[in-house]
Amino acid sequence: MTSNLLILYEAPALGLQLAIDGILIGAVFALAAYGMALVWGVTNIINVAQGEFVMLGGLISILGAEHGLPLWLTVPLAAAALYALGWLLFYTVIVHLLGRDMFNSVLATFGIAIVMQQVMAHVFGAADRIAASSLGSWFFLDNFVVISKMKVVVFAACIGLGLTLAWFLSRSRKGQAIRAVAQKPEAASILGIETRKVYCLTYSLNAAICGAAGALAATAYTIQPYGGLSYTVRSFMIVVVAGLGNLGGVIWAALGLGVAENFAGFILGTQYQIAFVFGLLVAVLVFRNWRLRRQRKHLE
Amino acid sequence: MRGFVASLSFVLLACGADIAVGADDAANDDVITLGAAVSLTGKYALNGANTKNGYDLAVQQINNKGGVKIGGKSYVFEVRYYDDESTPARGTELVERLIQQDGVKYILGPYSSGLTKAILPIIERYKVPMVEANGAARELFTKGYRYIFAVLSTSDQYLTPAINLAVQNAEKLGKKPSELTVAIATENDPFAQDVRAGVLADLQRFGMNCSIDDQLPPELNDMTVTLAKMKALQPDVLVVSGHEKGALTAVTQIEALRVNVPVVALTHCDSAQLAKKLKKASQHVFCAQQWHRSLGHKGALFGSAADFAKRFEAAYGYEAPYQAAQSAAAVYVFADAFSRAESLDSEAVRDAISATNLKTFYGPIKFDQTGKNIAKPMVLTQIIDGEYVVVAPKKWATAEPVIPRPKY
Repeated sequence: MTSNLLILYEAPALGLQLAIDGILIGAVFALAAYGMALVWGVTNIINVAQGEFVMLGGLISILGAEHGLPLWLTVPLAAAALYALGWLLFYTVIVHLLGRDMFNSVLATFGIAIVMQQVMAHVFGAADRIAASSLGSWFFLDNFVVISKMKVVVFAACIGLGLTLAWFLSRSRKGQAIRAVAQKPEAASILGIETRKVYCLTYSLNAAICGAAGALAATAYTIQPYGGLSYTVRSFMIVVVAGLGNLGGVIWAALGLGVAENFAGFILGTQYQIAFVFGLLVAVLVFRNWRLRRQRKHLE
Repeated sequence: MRGFVASLSFVLLACGADIAVGADDAANDDVITLGAAVSLTGKYALNGANTKNGYDLAVQQINNKGGVKIGGKSYVFEVRYYDDESTPARGTELVERLIQQDGVKYILGPYSSGLTKAILPIIERYKVPMVEANGAARELFTKGYRYIFAVLSTSDQYLTPAINLAVQNAEKLGKKPSELTVAIATENDPFAQDVRAGVLADLQRFGMNCSIDDQLPPELNDMTVTLAKMKALQPDVLVVSGHEKGALTAVTQIEALRVNVPVVALTHCDSAQLAKKLKKASQHVFCAQQWHRSLGHKGALFGSAADFAKRFEAAYGYEAPYQAAQSAAAVYVFADAFSRAESLDSEAVRDAISATNLKTFYGPIKFDQTGKNIAKPMVLTQIIDGEYVVVAPKKWATAEPVIPRPKY
């Protein structure tokens, strides 16, 4: 461990590389987590099929790329396909979960995840895939810091999507309806908002976001029908760390976790990378609990 | 609630009926039923399918040639499959079901060391011989189990030829082997950890240094941390083992980050279709393989290695990975053992398997006391212009290895 710290001290450029890579991978997780936070906040449903949406988006974009479609086309294609799937799933499964105990939603979406895994494996095959990207990289400091252009595109697209979503939620009529329903569904429906339609829009939008994230991720990371779980777990963690209802915080939490994870992997060894992230999660929860308790005391 | 109970009992009844059919099948006089729980879904689905295809092709070939003769009577093979979903707990359940409920008396192995390890206690408890083709970790053979036989070489030997090549190259350049440093990145599973142990033993043998020893999580997707460290420490050899995902991730990210390392050695290249999918990025990478179609092995069942490869491609439409070849060889071992045992008694079959001394398209097969095949060496290939070219051992090499990899 000390020797690893020494390496970082002697070659600070490596620290820069780790931070940049952390931010770039964090951006992909940020999108998936953003969608999860949206659905969770609005419909009170924890969508455990989040990772499978990401994988399906990736597989669709790889399939598109294999048929000669450029990236700027495969990403919207994946998003559109996933939007349609989200709509379908909403009216077949999710609609029956509205207003029920959260445990039901976890079970049902877990079922969706399993069905999706099997169908994807059946249709696309179970092989690990990666879309060939030919954009190359930028090199700095004698090749010590390398920034893959593709990952920068992914990052920019994630930030762009995130900002568009934030704008959509705060400014557009539909976005305002989503927020109104999230705050108080009964009051929103009295005011003429069709809550069910809003729920459907939210869920489909989430699927589309995940689809886009998957299509972007496929250019830099391996995609496999059964590889969705790590995205689901990561999204869940990011949402918990950011705090429910804090959509802006989701982006920061995702990027921050990406960076922290990379440094932990470098300094402690990759075998402790995931353990570190989960340790962090526990620490955040304990801290929150402690703070909440203090507030409660204050109120008494 | 009543509806639920009714449907539950219906399901149970249906299962019962299914079990009864299974028992009937196994008792059929002219058919020998082999049982296999392989991963048709889950993270090993790809190699689970390779395993099943290998088994099926061998069964088909054996049956086409008239099956096996026991006491003047011909028997054909049939395999009863279950999907273990790539999870050890399910694998254990299913093997127990195969033996207890379906009455299967001979087992073909699952895919991966982890799943093989999980079912071994069941195999031993019921004293059912198992020939397996895809569990390579040494720990499978150190517990004193009597009923496991493996046609493949153990995982500690996978990358020994690559280390040997690096050492030979260093000596050619007038360097001492002990001056070489090695970086190891392995997945945290029984197989890859045994690959790692094998490499560490090789390093000790040559007095070489291990500068990086990273273990990657099972869902590994990103190796940038290890590769960043490599830029600082500049090892002479990089060894990566993490199934198909590990091979794809390593090759893509080494290219993306322009990591210069003279020797890169991987496992699972051909099942990841590395040479085909990432032709440029995988150039001059070394791959550990159990088998290759260009090897000169020959046997009675399929003919030569190349003949098997052709048959496989015609049947399944893709090039035979070694996982499929060794699976076919496992069925061949059973066929050979049955005809020598002249009996269907599992103990007699077990003893016959133990005495196997067979030349096959996959290589020679001869088991030691612990059940591992000691007759077949590993091969090392190098990817050159999108083709796997055998570079070691010398006897089968078709080209000289290219060391070092050209710098980026």
